[in-house]
Amino acid sequence: MAFVTGDMRPSSPGPGARFASILGQLARRPFALFGLLVIAAIVLGAILAPWLAPFAPEDQRFDGLTLEGSPLPPGGDFLLGTDLLGRDLYTRLLFGARTSLIVGIAANGIAVAIGTLVGIFAGYFGGIVGAVLMRFTDLIQAFPSLLLAIVLAAIFHPSLWIVVVVIALVQWVQLARIIYTETRGLSEREFVEAERSIGASRARILFRHILPHVLPTILVYGTLGIATTVLLEATLSFLGIGVQPPTPSWGNIINENQTYLTSAPWLVFFPGIAIVLLALGFNLIGDALRDILDPTQKGRY
Amino acid sequence: MLAYAGRRFLQAIGILLGVTLITFLLLYIVPADPIDQILGHGYATPEQKATLRHLMGLDQPFYVQYLRYLGNLLHGDLGRSYIQKSEVTDLILSRLPATLLLVVGSIFFEIVIGVSLGMLAASRRNRLLDRGLMVAAFVLVSAPQFVMGIILLYIFAVWLDWFPMSGFGGLSHLVLPALTLGILGAGWYARLMRSSMIDVLRQDYVRTARAKGLKPRVITFIHVLPNAILPIIALIGSDVGYFMSQTVVVESVYGWPGIGQLAWQAISRVDIPIIMGVTIVTACMVVLGNLLTDLIAPLIDPRIKLR
Repeated sequence: MAFVTGDMRPSSPGPGARFASILGQLARRPFALFGLLVIAAIVLGAILAPWLAPFAPEDQRFDGLTLEGSPLPPGGDFLLGTDLLGRDLYTRLLFGARTSLIVGIAANGIAVAIGTLVGIFAGYFGGIVGAVLMRFTDLIQAFPSLLLAIVLAAIFHPSLWIVVVVIALVQWVQLARIIYTETRGLSEREFVEAERSIGASRARILFRHILPHVLPTILVYGTLGIATTVLLEATLSFLGIGVQPPTPSWGNIINENQTYLTSAPWLVFFPGIAIVLLALGFNLIGDALRDILDPTQKGRY
Repeated sequence: MLAYAGRRFLQAIGILLGVTLITFLLLYIVPADPIDQILGHGYATPEQKATLRHLMGLDQPFYVQYLRYLGNLLHGDLGRSYIQKSEVTDLILSRLPATLLLVVGSIFFEIVIGVSLGMLAASRRNRLLDRGLMVAAFVLVSAPQFVMGIILLYIFAVWLDWFPMSGFGGLSHLVLPALTLGILGAGWYARLMRSSMIDVLRQDYVRTARAKGLKPRVITFIHVLPNAILPIIALIGSDVGYFMSQTVVVESVYGWPGIGQLAWQAISRVDIPIIMGVTIVTACMVVLGNLLTDLIAPLIDPRIKLR
């Protein structure tokens, strides 16, 4: 009889290989691939903005306005035209991508962390802790979130990081509820029972055994959440209580220029298209991830 | 059912109490002094300020102020605006009909557009039209309200000149703002309707109807649609609350004189009683809407377990 030494567990691919496999499956779906490409392009544009942009984002060009002082249409020296202060719109859109991505990823990251912790703790411990956490979640969910975000952003002096915190505070609720339901189911399962019976610590059970099982859900809703966050940042900035000019954000570019809608519609349309594309990209990827990672849904429709 | 409804109702009241507490707390710590807003900066002596502060009860501890606010709330009294010098309840009541009209219009567009797109996609399942419609649905849910609002405004008011740009009046004023809100929700409903329709199309009774040789149009509209639309009907309640909380942006784009605009003006002037009042009224609508959904869902689908 062969004597087996070493690890007897079936070999499972490492996290790197798993990530590559998910990426590969995404790339085979045309819509998800489109989403990946859009996001890759916007991320590259944001990182390389100082080298790609022909001007500085705050540069009010004398040659950027007509003799009457109105913005220039797209074409010529200014690829996408200029805004009401004679600044290059293409440049401002590139730098605005930084704002959108920073807020989208940071705010959503905080929201995912809060939502996951609340959901896991409430789901695993149940009892008083669970009841209190979930009633609080119900409460925040009953709040009109857009109104709450607007009130909070207006009360505190608006800045990039206040916007991040405000969005995170209204965004964590949905994920918390989903993770809660999943954790409730998981903590009844035999493998968790077995861990408990051999005396594993709570932290070990929560973070080594439950967390990996809810990771796909976190990935799906984390991705979809970036889309919502990007839209919320754009909305707050459009209302003038988000990211403040002269720092460009796609929302505040539209806010500054909306009075020129009839004479210079490109000033509203290009940033509008940019916002929709970024949110669409994350929505398409999130939706595809849901199909890939949730085997019960696979191939249903 | 009655016990279930009662329990849900009590939960809703608990949530509303929590909402008032959190809103009150948030606005209590706002760094703006109401006394300065009422008397104007630097015009009143410290004694006058202290007297007014005492008369308004703003020198009382937090819990006293909160309980007094709750007491007034039970009598439908939301306090007086600091800046507009009128009762908040009256201000909100005068604005509420416009917002409710907008919400009803939005739900109408949302259902008509969402259901037709979803039915069309389901009937051409996995074909080019289906794929195209589902991408379109994703584009709709990825557009922020103000972008959708401005685009519709440009196409239909500036370019085609079919509808007025802003303001309040006949039905023609309602179309664009209601379409803006409705079209965004329609994206979700198209997806929901498509999958619900595909589920129903697989049922045995549909196959029987086909076997009997019924016309496809009869099957779709008489046999499939009434069942497939149920999940959407069940959600209408939550839509009322959702749209109520979303009207701030649309009302500001179109100059619609509803409570969203009232809230926005109050927010920019830090008029706390109005902000507080609008938040509570909106939260009430959200909670009532969700309550309605919880109560309608088991009536529509008896398989739903009451918890």
